[in-house]
Amino acid sequence: MTATLGCVALSLADRLTDLTLSLHEGEVTAICGPNGAGKSTLLSCLGGLVAADGGLVTLGGRLMRNVPAQERAQCIGYLPQSPEIAWDVSVEVLVSLGRLPWGDAGAQAGRDAIEEAIAAMDLGALRNRRVSRLSGGERARALMARVLATRPAWLLADEPLANLDLRHAIALMRRFREQGCQGRGVVLVLHDLATAMNFADRVIVLDQGRLAADGEPAHALRSEVIEQVWRCKAGWLGERGMRALSLG
Amino acid sequence: MNRRLILILVAALVVAVPLSLLAGQVWIDPIAPTTRNAALILFELRLPRAALALVIGAGLGVSGAAMQGYLRNPLADPGLFGIAPGAALGAVLSFWTGYAASVWLLPVFALVGAGGAMALLALIAGREGGVALFTMAGLMIASLAGALTSLAISLSPTPFAMSEIVTWLMGALADRSWREVGIAAPLTLAGVGVLMSAGRGLDALTLGEAAARSLGLEPGRLQARMIVGVGLAVGAAVAVAGVIGFVGLMVPHLVRPLTDRRPSSLMAPSALAGALLLLVADCLCRMLPLSGGELRLGIALSLLGAPFFLKLLLDMRRGLA
Repeated sequence: MTATLGCVALSLADRLTDLTLSLHEGEVTAICGPNGAGKSTLLSCLGGLVAADGGLVTLGGRLMRNVPAQERAQCIGYLPQSPEIAWDVSVEVLVSLGRLPWGDAGAQAGRDAIEEAIAAMDLGALRNRRVSRLSGGERARALMARVLATRPAWLLADEPLANLDLRHAIALMRRFREQGCQGRGVVLVLHDLATAMNFADRVIVLDQGRLAADGEPAHALRSEVIEQVWRCKAGWLGERGMRALSLG
Repeated sequence: MNRRLILILVAALVVAVPLSLLAGQVWIDPIAPTTRNAALILFELRLPRAALALVIGAGLGVSGAAMQGYLRNPLADPGLFGIAPGAALGAVLSFWTGYAASVWLLPVFALVGAGGAMALLALIAGREGGVALFTMAGLMIASLAGALTSLAISLSPTPFAMSEIVTWLMGALADRSWREVGIAAPLTLAGVGVLMSAGRGLDALTLGEAAARSLGLEPGRLQARMIVGVGLAVGAAVAVAGVIGFVGLMVPHLVRPLTDRRPSSLMAPSALAGALLLLVADCLCRMLPLSGGELRLGIALSLLGAPFFLKLLLDMRRGLA
């Protein structure tokens, strides 16, 4: 019922123009594009957080605007860009916020989901630590556990790798891949093209609010697209899964 | 953790309430009351006063906790953000209808003033408004309400009305009767109920507005609850006791480290601690030997609150450095 998330002829002010696409569960989809291309806006629209001016957003054959907020929240987990944690709560309390859409943080089902998310992100040893005492990598894991605790069918994240060093970025990408393999639909806004190339099943390239390319990474991020959209000459080096972008 | 804190606060109240009834300019010996009119003093003066302190303290404590949660800012306080000044302005305008009529109109005017200030705040800061915008808007409303209050006072019809207004504005629980309790208690209770129901939404806001919406929060509804809840609780407090500041700032701040720091966990303990703080403070005001009457509660709490606020700011500055 929630197996596809998509939009038809989506338009929003001067930020998105006539976008039509359909995303699938079990896939890791990366949204790429230069600054101001509308990546975050598209993600917010797909997450049902921003209403479009024109066109439709659909969730499993239903119109997003007809899906009640609570049901939408149970189905779509969203990790904003530079996430905020206003109060210095413990990791466990932070993760338990992921159960708010279900309202069952105290009940058995909720407890199970929280434990599962803590285990999936290897946060067992840190569960009582306050968030102000976490390193950047630990914090990113705790925030992801918060999203996973909802057990959403869809996992949307806006530049989840910002502020993470190489090792933590790769570790987090592996975890997103795992979630995709477990059948979740994973949609990530990614700045780094090499990460998108190596980890995504599908890449959507936006340019000034329009769809510039859509397909397998090697196709959507081929040199001609990069030159046309980012206006720089670039070529891919290395083997599949370990590719690096050479700029020239 | 939370349950234990609530039990401790309840126990403290159980001890403090009877003690507060005995204390005052005349001490009442509970075993062999020798004071003349002891029963009268107890049931007609001190009991309603204690009840009022509990009701108002609880309302202000919860309002402060809810506002801090809503604004994601530990410095938030209904007084600093123009809501109490708005209520005071409403109340002062009611004096213009004549003292006798104002007895019943005052609470209504104060509630409208509080709700109006809160609505204005929401309108200016908007749905997407950040904390900085909200703070500036709150300060603007507070100073506007303050200026209009001063204007109303300076234009007051008689010197008697003027002194009446000025004394009343200082905030106190002296000479209050069961009638004030009857006005404040139901309104405060309703406000506290509304704010308690906003707890889950405030928890979601911990993660910022976008994430909160993704968790199913409907910002418009939360804002409406905040306006109604804070308007009722603060409006009721100002209506019967005048402006009593800093309770909403201090109480949640003192209680927060003892909870798991979620806004919703803060509500009930803040209500109890607010009630306790106001009861004890009022009792001390009553006992303090001061020529020419007693220290007014509003003044006492501001004297206490300002250094507290300063300490908070210094701590924050150290945190930033």
